[in-house]
This record gives sequence, C-alpha cells and structure tokens, in this order.
Amino acid sequence: MGRKLLLEHINVPGINSFEVYRQKGGYRAVEKALKTLTPDEVVEEVKKSGLRGRGGAGFPTGMKWSFLAKPDGVPRYLVCNGDESEPGTFKDRYLMTHIPHLLIEGMIVSSFALGANTSYIYLRGEMMPQIRILEKAIAEAKNAGFLGKNILGSGFDLELYVQPGGGAYICGEETALIESLEGKRGNPRIKPPFPAISGLYNCPTVVNNVESIAATVPIINDGADEYAKIGIGRSTGTKLISASGNLNRPGVYEIELGIPVEEFIYSDQYCGGIANGKRLKAVVAGGSSVPILPANLILKTINGDNRLMTYESLADGGFASGTMLGSGGFVAYDEDQCIVRNTWNFSRFYHHESCGQCSPCREGTGWMEKVLHRLEYGHGKLSDIDLLVDVSKKIEGNTICPLGDAAAWPVASAIRHFRDEFEWHVTHPKEAMERNYGLANYADPLPKPEDLHPVN
Amino acid sequence: MLKISDTEDVIFSPELLSKFAEIVSRYPEGRQKSALLPILHLVQAQYGWVSSIAMDKVADYLELKPIEVYEVATFYTMFFLKPQGKYVLEVCRTGPCSIVGAERIMKYIENKLQVKEGEVTEDGLFSWRGVECLAACGMAPVLQIGPDYTYYENLTEAKIDELIDSLRLKTVDKPQIN
Amino acid sequence: MSDKVKVTIDGISIDVDAGTSILNAARQIGGDIVPPAMCYYSKLQGSGGKCRTCLVKVSKGSEKDPRPMPKLVASCRTTVMDGMEVQNITSPEVVEARKGVVEMLLINHPLDCPVCDQAGECHLQDLAYEHGSEATRYEFERRTFDRIDIGDKIQLHMTRCILCYRCVFTADQITNNRVHGILGRGDAAEISTYIEKAIENDFSGNIIDVCPVGALTDKTFRFKNRVWFTKPVDAHRDCPTCSGKVTLWYKGEDVIRVTARKDEYGEVEEFICNTCRFDKKKTNEWVIEGPRKIANHSVISANHYEQLGPPPVIRKNPALLEANKEQFERSTKL
Repeated sequence: MGRKLLLEHINVPGINSFEVYRQKGGYRAVEKALKTLTPDEVVEEVKKSGLRGRGGAGFPTGMKWSFLAKPDGVPRYLVCNGDESEPGTFKDRYLMTHIPHLLIEGMIVSSFALGANTSYIYLRGEMMPQIRILEKAIAEAKNAGFLGKNILGSGFDLELYVQPGGGAYICGEETALIESLEGKRGNPRIKPPFPAISGLYNCPTVVNNVESIAATVPIINDGADEYAKIGIGRSTGTKLISASGNLNRPGVYEIELGIPVEEFIYSDQYCGGIANGKRLKAVVAGGSSVPILPANLILKTINGDNRLMTYESLADGGFASGTMLGSGGFVAYDEDQCIVRNTWNFSRFYHHESCGQCSPCREGTGWMEKVLHRLEYGHGKLSDIDLLVDVSKKIEGNTICPLGDAAAWPVASAIRHFRDEFEWHVTHPKEAMERNYGLANYADPLPKPEDLHPVN
Repeated sequence: MLKISDTEDVIFSPELLSKFAEIVSRYPEGRQKSALLPILHLVQAQYGWVSSIAMDKVADYLELKPIEVYEVATFYTMFFLKPQGKYVLEVCRTGPCSIVGAERIMKYIENKLQVKEGEVTEDGLFSWRGVECLAACGMAPVLQIGPDYTYYENLTEAKIDELIDSLRLKTVDKPQIN
Repeated sequence: MSDKVKVTIDGISIDVDAGTSILNAARQIGGDIVPPAMCYYSKLQGSGGKCRTCLVKVSKGSEKDPRPMPKLVASCRTTVMDGMEVQNITSPEVVEARKGVVEMLLINHPLDCPVCDQAGECHLQDLAYEHGSEATRYEFERRTFDRIDIGDKIQLHMTRCILCYRCVFTADQITNNRVHGILGRGDAAEISTYIEKAIENDFSGNIIDVCPVGALTDKTFRFKNRVWFTKPVDAHRDCPTCSGKVTLWYKGEDVIRVTARKDEYGEVEEFICNTCRFDKKKTNEWVIEGPRKIANHSVISANHYEQLGPPPVIRKNPALLEANKEQFERSTKL
C-alpha cells in the first residue's frame, strides 16, 4: 500500500471537525510556516517539492507562485479552483466533503507564502453541500485563531471566503474563474496579461486547484525533500485519482505517482479490475479532455514498457500513442462500450460548455457534435470521419482558451485509435444500432518495437 | 426574448437582505458585482426560479445595470429563468454516468413522472432535466436536487421510485441555503 | 532611450511605438499583409481577440527571446516586441487556420446577402471572398433567430450576427446606459435586451456602424437601395451633440442614409449622434465637402462615383455614356 499524504486520516471518525483534525496533527503546517519560515521559504519548499498543478495542466506550482508580481500597495489574491467539472474527475469534491480542514490549512499556508490577505475558494455552484462544509470549517478555524487578524501572533492576517459558481465548466479555466468571481459571465480572458500580473480585480493573482493547495500541507510538514522522494522523475508526490466507469471499485484513490497503470486497474488495493468479469477496451486517463487510449496502449507504451501513472509515462509517445495525466479523471470502458457514442457524448458536453466567445470553439464544437450524432445514429458517411479530424484541427490551438483543445482532442484521438469502429458505424448502420462493435483488436498485444522499426 | 417582463412582484425579506449584505462585505469596496452569483442562488432558493423582476431588483441592490444581471443569469445553467417544479431532478448525462446507465435512468424518470425534459408535472411538484457532469462519476449514475443540491448516487430504478415517493410524501418546505 | 521597437511582418520591417499591437503595426505597413479583423475595433477598449480571423504566426518572439510562440496568436491583442518576426500571408499554417475560422463563421450565417442591407459593405463578405473556401462542408440546419426591432430606428437580425461584441462595447463606452448585451452561451449566445425594449440613446445608432455584418441595420434605410448604387459624400453640420462629421449616401438627389465616416478598415473616424444619423436627410441641412473615398476592395467603389472615367461597358455604349454623364452631373451639382 502506497503512502497517503492527503487522505491518511480520511476514515477517522469526525475528521471533518476542527477538533479531530487538530488531534491528528492538523494545522501543524500553519504553525511551522507562520512561526519558523518566511513566505519566500515556503515558496522555495513548494518549488523544491516538485509539486505540479493537480487541476490538469501539470504546471509546477512553486514556479507559478514565483511568477506572482508584487507591486507595492497592491493587494494580491490566492484563489482556489474548486470548479471541478471535468468529466471523470471528482477528487476535490471527495477531499472537501471528508477532510475540509486540509484545504483550509493549505489555503492559510499558501496565502502566507503569496502574501495574500483575502483569499477565495471558488466552488462550482452544484457543490452547495461542500460550500456549507467549508464555511463551517472556516468558522471553526477562525474560532481557533488560525484565520483572521494576526494569526498565531505572526502578524499575518487572512480572511477566507467560499464563492459559488453557477453551472459552467468553463469557469475551471483560471481567467474564466476570475471573471466569474468578479460576478461576470465566465468568458476566459485573452492572455497576456496573465493572472500573476493582473488577475482578480486587476491585481496579481494565483489560481490553484484544490488538491495542489492541499498538497502544500504535507510538503511543509514533512519537508520538500520527503515529498519529492515519492514518485519518479518530475512526477513527485502523491496524486488523487478519480476512478470511474466499468470498474469493480470506482472511487477516489491516493496513489504514489509511478505505480503501473495495470496495477491501478487490476489490483484489489485500487480499482479491482473490470466490473462484471468483462475485458477492458479503452481508458480516458486524465479526464474527458485528454486523448482516449485503447486497452493495449494504456497498459504499455509503444516501446513495450509498462505504462506508469506519471505525467511523463502517460504522455509517452505524444498524441500518436500516448495521452496525459490531466486531472487524474480515470474512466475505464469495458468491451461493451461504444467509442462512437462516448465520443459523441463528450462532444455534446463541450458543445454545451463552450462559452461562445471565440468562433472556432463556438461553432466548431456544435458542428462536431452534429456529425458525431449522425455517425452514432447510423446516418453517417465515411467522409464524416475525415471531416471530424479536420474540424478538430481547425479548433485546436486556435482558440482563446484550452477548451477548444479539450474539445478537439477526444474526437481526434478516438478516430486515431478506433477508426475501424467509426467506419463500421457507417458501413453497418443497422447493426450498429443493435449491437456494439465490441473489443475487436483493441486489447491485442502491441507489435514489438523491432517489428515496427525493423533494423534494415 | 421576453415580450414583457414578469409581472409578479418580488420583495426581498429583511433576512434575505441581511444575507445579501454579508455577502457583499466579502469583496473589496466597489466590487459588489462579485456578489451576483451567490445572491442569484439565494433568490432562486427563495422563489424556486429567477424572474426578470427579481433580476431587476438584484441589479438595483448591487447598483448594476439590469442587462449585466441578465447576461450573467443566462450564462450559467443552474439558474432557472422559468418556473420549475418544486423538485427539479437534475440527472447527469455525461460520459462516465452515461456508460453506466444514465440514459436508462432519465427514460425511467420521464415515464414515471409522465413529463418531458424541462416540463413540470401537473401537481407542480416535479420537473427533470439532463445536466452535464456533476463531478460524482465514481458514484454514477447520479442526480441532484436543489436548492440544497443533495446528491443521489448509484441510482437504480428502485432508488428513483423510493426518492420520488418520499418527495411526494414530504409536505414541509424545502430547506433553504444559508 | 528610444520608445520605438522594430517588428518584421512577412519580411517587411517597421519601427513602431512600444505597446503597439501586431495588427496595428501591420496597418502602419499597409497592403496585403494586414490581417483581417472582424471583432477588433481600435476605438473600442477591450475589443478583439474573439473572432480569431487575425491569427498570425510569431516565428521569432523578440531579439531578447527569439523563441517562436507555440501557437498562432491573435494579432489584435498581441503586443510587438523589439525584433519580433511575424508571418501572416507567408505562413501556410496561418492561411489554413484563417480559412478554418472563416468556415466556422459562415456555418451558421444565413448567406442572405441578396436581401441584406449590409451587402456591399459587409466585412464577412469581404473576408469570405478573400480567405474562405468556395463551398461549405456544413450540412445541418443553420441557427436562426427572430428579427427584432430595438427601437424604431434599429433592427437586430441576430441570425446574421458573428458575436464580435463590438456593439456591446460601443453601448458601454459611447452611451451611458447599456440595455443590450450577450445572453445565453456557446452557440446559443445572442445579442438581446432580454426583455423587449428600445435602445434609446443619443449615440445608439453607432452600433449599426460598428457591426461588421448585417445584424444591426438602419431601419430608415431598410430595403431602400443597394449600397453600391448609392454615392457617398462627406458632409458636416454644426451639431450640438457630436462632431457632425458624416458621410451622406445619395441616390440621385436624395440622401437615403447617413453614417459616420469610415476609414479603410471600416472603422468610424468619429462616432455621430442619432439626430445627424436619422433625422437630417436633406441636403440643405449639410455642408457638402466632396466625394467620400471608399477603399478599393469595396464593391461600392466599383460604381466609380468619384471619377469622370466611366467603366468600359459604359464607354462603349453612347446611350449609356450620355446617361452616365447626366448622372454624374446631377450628383456633383450638389
């Protein structure tokens, strides 16, 4: 069993209360940071830990912090991104529901590091229960002197507020989130300027995912070096993986980065294999936005190595044969699932969630959805498949924010790896309405590298 | 576009207004627009939906132009701009829920309530709609019911029966958001 | 220290003020290398970045940091750096991406140019002609909206809108009370007032001029004539509300439309008030300055309203030649 840094005490009864959390060593990181470290030292620790943004992009958190502009007389803000709306991802909800003080503690440490005296936790509006849980936790922490004026006599002041969204996936994009927090439509801003220079209320702002902020607690408690010992290469520490789909034991798992994907799927410690004794057909490893991979490519890289749960190993092979760790939204598909239908479903999601500000995404997501709908319902043409690839290319990279890419990648990757199944939907429309394509060769062993690239 | 504004007047209670004031105090001076989303949630919790009159009142309270409130309320999908059933069953229909039966559950709700998506049952108690990912994929299929947004997870037909029956029996008012 | 920075666009170098956008640097060079812009409007703060037609490739970031930018960037919202090298029409990638953007802008556009008052001065027409494909690959029903009157002078035909947001910025920045905005989201987003109401304001008519397409049109000009049959003449009047500098659009001896004066990129030089625009349509209310120069690419200039030399088809026909002379005399008699 791997080490647990975030969820160690998740099963302790009453851990959602200040008292129990404190008994279990909670708020030690606040004491350590505020009493023994300078803000810059905290930033340095987080940098050294190698922590990478857990929201999806995987950008080093410490480096993001060090970009924050610090002009005199201008407030700085830390905003926690709890908009969690990426299909397949539900780790932040889990963490906040069961161990809310971990996030509060992380917010205090991080706000101290950044010199923010007012910080906001932005949660998607549907998380009303979690908003109440966090507000209660904030009140408890304030009551105990961990929030408010002159925390622990350090001279550091912090007010923490929870802000609800209103139902918009796009607000998970940091500048859309800032717009939404300002009470506006969640239209992503055109960058530059980046939030580190001009963010919330045009002040320097850092936006971090819930899990990234929570991870600062063990980093400060145990030291960056301890944290960085876990994992492989540039994938350090632990990561919460949200496992869903056709698995025996779906749920949130804290893993040490570096375990094999195969172990994660089949070990009884984690997902316990595919439900109902079926076989694995495909996996979306990092939330709906990342490329979908067939069973054989998710378990092994194209070179025949075991695929590991790290940023690098999942991305091995680029988009040709790899994917991304993303937000850790791990969705498994069994042999009875239809990839065309799933692609259409995701496509509808992005169409529904496009803010409509820039034209390739506004128009292109709807177009892809319509073509995929036609394919799924047996009215497609073979040329539709290439059309989808081309439309996805016209969106990718040409939009204001990454939602365009996120809409394009699932479509492009599904066609890249499951083209046979798409073609079958066109050539066998009636049959496709009655049964699924099945596993086909998607779990077959990959050809050996030497067969792919024979030496002379 | 609405031909005319809604006619039913909206008067915010003193309790509601004091909640508004507390929310506004969370933001820097002059940034009261930030309170718009939390306040719209409170209004919807109170009235079950957000009427144009209510939006005008909110605009007035926050010193915004009414159009600024309309722009925001129409952008976010959680705000109902038409009256709904007392209980709105919002069923997640995205990928992970879909592959474990969300569509079947929606069909079942439709048949059970005898209303189409977005319509209200004759007794005014229920409406339902499919929504996009609710971030509970590990407990799929799921649905939520506002205004407290309770989640009902690992749904089956039997659980839907139980849920709808219990809501029908419930005579007390829905709890409100704090 | 010099505040000028050097930027090279499609191989042509120019020194511009620090802080200039790539698009405006290109406009200073002029000619074919100027990226098209459907949403950016130099007089409207915060505009731009949305339509993505002005995407360019930055092949060298700056002298200091020569790395190329990883993605194509919106030239209207990207500031030049000293030593920056930009590719517009010399980059196949840009040409292809732009073609894609044009196709996207057109898939839900009604293509009702034959009955659209904007035809002839429509930026989407120009864009499609210069950068688009001949045919669309879109085979689904197009998005439609009802036509609505926002007041008695302006008509909103949302079906034609490309959501450039210019009219919203105009209402925010030129008038003191914006009543219309962007409602809904994604491809269901629309310009609307939400509750039916008139946009009434001394400067509201400017939303017609800033609209790049025929979504906002002048009801006093509706179906009066095709713009290429009308003759633009610069004129001014002593107006207490605005500069009074306008373009009058003549059909024969009648002023059938008044607009602000627009530069070669279709942007108004100065915003005008509704009195000048809608209520002053008699020649004797104006001091005539002379024919308005219209950019050559516009179909309006094809009627040769400002020169004696008639087009070849007329030159060869004595009857037409006579008629043209008459027409010309009439319009220059003003």
